Amino acid sequence: MSRTFVGWPAFPEAAAAATHDERLRANVTRATHTIRGKRARLVAERPDWEDLRDSAAALKDDVLAHLDSYLLQVEEQVTAAGGTVHWARDAAEANALVTALVQATGEQEIVKVKSMLTEEIGLDNALEAAGISARETDLAAAIVQLGDDLPSHVVVPALHRNRAEIREIFVREMGRHGRPAPDGLTDDPPQLAEAARLHLREKFLKARVAVSGANFLVAETGTVVVVESEGNGRMCLTLADTLISVVGIEKVVPTWRDLEVFLQLLARNATGERMSPYTTTFSGVTPGDGPQTFHLVLVDNGRTRALADEVGRQALRCIRCGACMNICPVYERTGGHAYGSVYPGPIGAILNPLLKGPDDPQTASLPYASSLCGACNEVCPVRIRFTDVLLELRHQVAEGDAAVKHPAEKAALRAIGAVMEHPAAWNAAVRAAGTAGPLVPKNRLPGPLGGWTDSRSVPEIPKESFRSWWKRTDGGTR
Amino acid sequence: MTGAREEILARIRRATADLPATAVAVPRAYLRHAPGVDPEDRTAVLDLFAERLGEYGAAVHRTDAAAVAPTLASALPAGRAVVPRGFPAQWLADWSGTALADEPLLTREQLDAADAVVTTCAAAIADSGTLVLDAGPGQGRRAATLLPDLHLCVVRADQVVSAMPEAIGLLDPRRPLTWISGPSATADIEMIRVQGVHGPRRLTVLLVEDSDVSDA
Ligand code: SF4
Repeated sequence: MSRTFVGWPAFPEAAAAATHDERLRANVTRATHTIRGKRARLVAERPDWEDLRDSAAALKDDVLAHLDSYLLQVEEQVTAAGGTVHWARDAAEANALVTALVQATGEQEIVKVKSMLTEEIGLDNALEAAGISARETDLAAAIVQLGDDLPSHVVVPALHRNRAEIREIFVREMGRHGRPAPDGLTDDPPQLAEAARLHLREKFLKARVAVSGANFLVAETGTVVVVESEGNGRMCLTLADTLISVVGIEKVVPTWRDLEVFLQLLARNATGERMSPYTTTFSGVTPGDGPQTFHLVLVDNGRTRALADEVGRQALRCIRCGACMNICPVYERTGGHAYGSVYPGPIGAILNPLLKGPDDPQTASLPYASSLCGACNEVCPVRIRFTDVLLELRHQVAEGDAAVKHPAEKAALRAIGAVMEHPAAWNAAVRAAGTAGPLVPKNRLPGPLGGWTDSRSVPEIPKESFRSWWKRTDGGTR
Repeated sequence: MTGAREEILARIRRATADLPATAVAVPRAYLRHAPGVDPEDRTAVLDLFAERLGEYGAAVHRTDAAAVAPTLASALPAGRAVVPRGFPAQWLADWSGTALADEPLLTREQLDAADAVVTTCAAAIADSGTLVLDAGPGQGRRAATLLPDLHLCVVRADQVVSAMPEAIGLLDPRRPLTWISGPSATADIEMIRVQGVHGPRRLTVLLVEDSDVSDA
């Protein structure tokens, strides 16, 4: 059985441990700073970036407001195109469905395209319990799986690992699951990628069943959209006889044309590319091309709970680009594991309590896993107002069960203080957020804890941050 | 699983009861064309396309209809290449390799053993350096463009639009589409870009500039 986040310590405890791990911090800092730089360059070349964000946010709001009819449209279109649609209320139901679908094929080993939802529901473990080995094929996901590790980022799940660690995992583990790592493997990234190519190629050529997620699901046409870089996604989506796509109900976009918005935002914001190398779109089954059996499993697993939250429902707009974690000064210092979920960083701090309810010690502490600097607000392609949602969720925790709330609140505040004890990182995040108005509470005291003193009331939002105002006006003299 | 379906739909209706039944107004102020490029300026569009493909590490050969065969022969090493039905035979006239027809269907192992695949495409996007294949004539089924290690794609100039919003309406979402922006790549190790993982490790594009000449 591989590791899961079940029983993981709450954020305060996990964060305290993570901040003492110097190697982890170095790995996370290097990776997040690299992506930030690439993203900034690519975003700057779009004069209509803010317009694209406006469109994306409105499209997602429309989907969420009419999710029932959009899902029925998806079902109708996928069915008409030769696919079969299944619905799952929660993780257990989704896992049971997928397990039964795989068992019906008689296969014991299947291939998977990276999918955060299947991580969220623990699908690999459920399949393993049924004697089915599900092999991850995305490089980072394979690193995590081979290393019996947990994902720490939604785009690059092995972001917390450096090349030397990856080499060690490949040399030690590949042979136990198929073709061993080549002799004399060094930690040169092209060599490591080549080792993954060779290890997985034999699995692709044999695979009869594949499991995928989806980046988008087009209601109008029943089209599944999978964006990826390596070609492992294409292998799974194309070579298998049976394809099972497990998709969260919030992944819908209304029309085919709307992809022109999301496909222009996603790669730029996620990896700093104009487009990811490969995007596959398909609707149901195509005779003579690709899988001839297609199942779409639509999963709720707390999404309707989040949808009922008037402030929090905007978290369901998320397209999992990872930009909010790349810019987050708290994530930079703790890494992803401290959040105790496959969704770390700012989106994790709001989405997990919304999906599960803020009344268990783990999720109760997450809305405090933030300095409220607002950098995430500025980079989110679907304009999620993280600070609004964080404050609302803190309010819900505070109104909730005292036995959960007091320890959670206290421990979380203490932990975040320790995490943020070097204000340099915090300042950088505020600067990176630009002049568009990061949320800086009026009576903020020096240091990251200042904004917390009034964290239960919504603070005034100035037009620009104090720091950029200070710079622009030369300390108020201009 | 009717129970699950009905219950999820009911949960959604309860959760969204406070929201108006009308559609949310969607602003669409974003650009229809590539920033800074006049879509009527064909040279500018093609230059941008070639430049963006080059940035991904794809090899780009600009040619004209009369010179496709010699250009292809110089760009494609002699070897075994999958040639889908509908790919113009005259384009291969100067090439000395072995053409593999995918009829009867080649096995995965045979596709994997091929050195290359040659195709046409359905559309191309300059701004993002993207080729779109829709499995139509000359493009083959999806597995055929995936397993060989080199993909050579012939693009007619009139297929190249400046940006995504111009392309989306030209494509049929009911066909299986593969949008290709450079060769397979990963940045999963320390965010260092490595070209070539599972998909074709090399991408070569022949851009045929006098596009009024049909490829048939
Ligand atoms: S919340 Fe926004 S920035 Fe964060 S991953 Fe989702 S879409 Fe990206």
